[in-house]
Amino acid sequence: MDTIARTFSALRDPRWYQVFVLSLLLGFGIFVLDFGIRWQNAVVIFASAQATQYLCSRFVAGIPYDPLSALITSFSLTLLLRTDLAALAIVAAAIAISSKFFIRVRGKHVFNPANVALVSLMLLSDSAWVSSGQWGSATIGAFALACLGMLVLTRARRAETTLAFLVAYGALLFGRALWLGDPLSIPLHQVQNGALLIFAFFMISDPKTTPNTALGRILFGTMIATIAYTIQFIFYEPNGPILALIISAPVVPLIDVLSRGHIYRWERPAAPAAGQFKGVSS
Amino acid sequence: MKFIITAAVALLTFAITSTAQAFCGFYVARADTSLFNQASQVVLVRDDDRTVITMANDFQGEVEDFAVVIPVPTFIEREQINVAERGVIEHLDAYTSPRLVEYHDPDPCVRYELMSRMSADAAFPQSVREKENKADADGVTIEASYTVGEYDILILSAEESDGLIRWLDRNEYRIPKGAQSVVDSYLRQDMRFFVAKVNLQEQAKLGYSYLRPLQVAYESNKFMLPIRLGTLNAKGKQELYVYGLTRTGRIETTNYRTVKLPSNTDVPEFVQHEFSDFYRAMFDKQTTMENERGVFLEYAWDMAWCDPCAADPLSGEELRKLGVFWVDDSSMIAPGKGAARNVFVTRLHVRYDKQHFPEDLVFQETGDRQNFQGRYVIRHPWRGETSCDASAYYDEVKKRQDREAQALANLTGWDIDDIRAKIDYIDGATPEPDEPWWKRLWN
Repeated sequence: MDTIARTFSALRDPRWYQVFVLSLLLGFGIFVLDFGIRWQNAVVIFASAQATQYLCSRFVAGIPYDPLSALITSFSLTLLLRTDLAALAIVAAAIAISSKFFIRVRGKHVFNPANVALVSLMLLSDSAWVSSGQWGSATIGAFALACLGMLVLTRARRAETTLAFLVAYGALLFGRALWLGDPLSIPLHQVQNGALLIFAFFMISDPKTTPNTALGRILFGTMIATIAYTIQFIFYEPNGPILALIISAPVVPLIDVLSRGHIYRWERPAAPAAGQFKGVSS
Repeated sequence: MKFIITAAVALLTFAITSTAQAFCGFYVARADTSLFNQASQVVLVRDDDRTVITMANDFQGEVEDFAVVIPVPTFIEREQINVAERGVIEHLDAYTSPRLVEYHDPDPCVRYELMSRMSADAAFPQSVREKENKADADGVTIEASYTVGEYDILILSAEESDGLIRWLDRNEYRIPKGAQSVVDSYLRQDMRFFVAKVNLQEQAKLGYSYLRPLQVAYESNKFMLPIRLGTLNAKGKQELYVYGLTRTGRIETTNYRTVKLPSNTDVPEFVQHEFSDFYRAMFDKQTTMENERGVFLEYAWDMAWCDPCAADPLSGEELRKLGVFWVDDSSMIAPGKGAARNVFVTRLHVRYDKQHFPEDLVFQETGDRQNFQGRYVIRHPWRGETSCDASAYYDEVKKRQDREAQALANLTGWDIDDIRAKIDYIDGATPEPDEPWWKRLWN
């Protein structure tokens, strides 16, 4: 009886919805879009992420092992990271998970684990890249992604970062088109990008690495959008959003100091106050 | 009447069907760019922010009517523009073309064990100066004008697009409708333009009867190909081949989906005689499946080798002509001698129009060095005398022939019964249509 109750209570954790939606996306990517995710990479990412999570929980933080957030990070990495070398996939998973334990300010980890791994690998190696065009721009697909992502967000109740990012980025793209005199089909095509939506709904929405107040999150989302636009359309470099997030992340502790809010906890039922490593999650 | 051909449009290449021996199989045909009318070919050499672009044109008309307006990301000087030889691009086209290879089954009675090895191997992955006078009044500055080879080149800068459009108009260039807003957009993005037209005297002196490809070398963060002007005066969809020559790995588009063309498929023997039709039908079907928004990968390979080779890899000298600046004389290696040259070639095939490709193509270089080629296989069954009971072999061949028919129907969308009628079945009997009886009931 107790076990059933605990299972039910665990399932109320919104991260299960994320796992569900992310597995749908991965299935869609592999079986419908066929965009070349190597299964070997998927296997090593999932395995090494869990191994890192276990080792760090036990020997670094001394907290109980919780596989769920490392699982979500594994999905994000598998969906976005492209490499021919399995060793790099292992390194990516290790960087992602260990960043949660080693780069912390005021009881929160600073970087989104998948984001920090993607950027480190792109900087350190010529053999890792992100294929932002691979999701295509099928309108219906984009719409479906958006809805599914929304579901995750409403459960996590921290939609402000995503909404602020999408509104600000969309406004910049449409504003640019108006200034250039371009047809609106151009910004529309730019927004209908699967990778952009995955980034907005599954990466920057991460409640553990976003500011604690609603105002702070709106500020954060707008900042990422502005930096992403600058990278992509002023410096003409690819992967604007992913780079923008890594640049913006260190500002979060500052926003938190300026606007006091509460640290997010995944578990719904009230748990004792968070210790330094409480809720080390994605 | 002068024309503005705003896109680089294709070289008329001649279909050469040569037979070259390849590893465990014979290369029999290739699908080069001459299959498609009005196909442009662009070679993009890129390393860091250095780009060398070569544009080959399939301009069909009088050369004195030819003029092209080309947007470039930065200001360029005389030395940055060059005229290339067509032969090099023809060679690159041939080297990267999708290919058909054939295998012959041995006599099933004498070399049975060899056949299984062969099939395992088969599964192996496999003028101008006077025009300056009016320029300022239009707000257009001719920043420079030169004669390069048989071309007169004018580098223009315009404060506003209507100035540029007026200038082009006054100089009798026919401008496609809608060009002004695109030109305006490019100008606001700090892009420059140059106009190239044919200098007939120079051309007569040089003795060319066709237009040679134009080359530009520049430094810019923008790794892109402006296609928007090209969509304005196009009659329908256009075919574009982009050859990427990079140091690290394959290139891909970041704002459109790059999709691998189906490859390594066994197809019926008769495809050998209609490989062009096969390839066109397959490409049509694939573009439809990608909602006409796909960029197709046809070849990705280290320039040092190939297997099977549709043509020898390009020599160091040829690569330098295309602008591969990091290849020097010391790395000139005899073709086919498999040594790393640090040149990775990517061949992309795009069928585009304004509706489905509203934005210019933006590229990135990836770290992917995995080889990929469009490769289709035909297997000739043993039709000679047999000295034993080979019925098991014949049964297997019959099954294989039907699998090939199915595969061909899937790839091209051709009718399965038409395909079966063309197949020379090993037992001489075409299989009955296996569709349900009601399918033909009311037809």
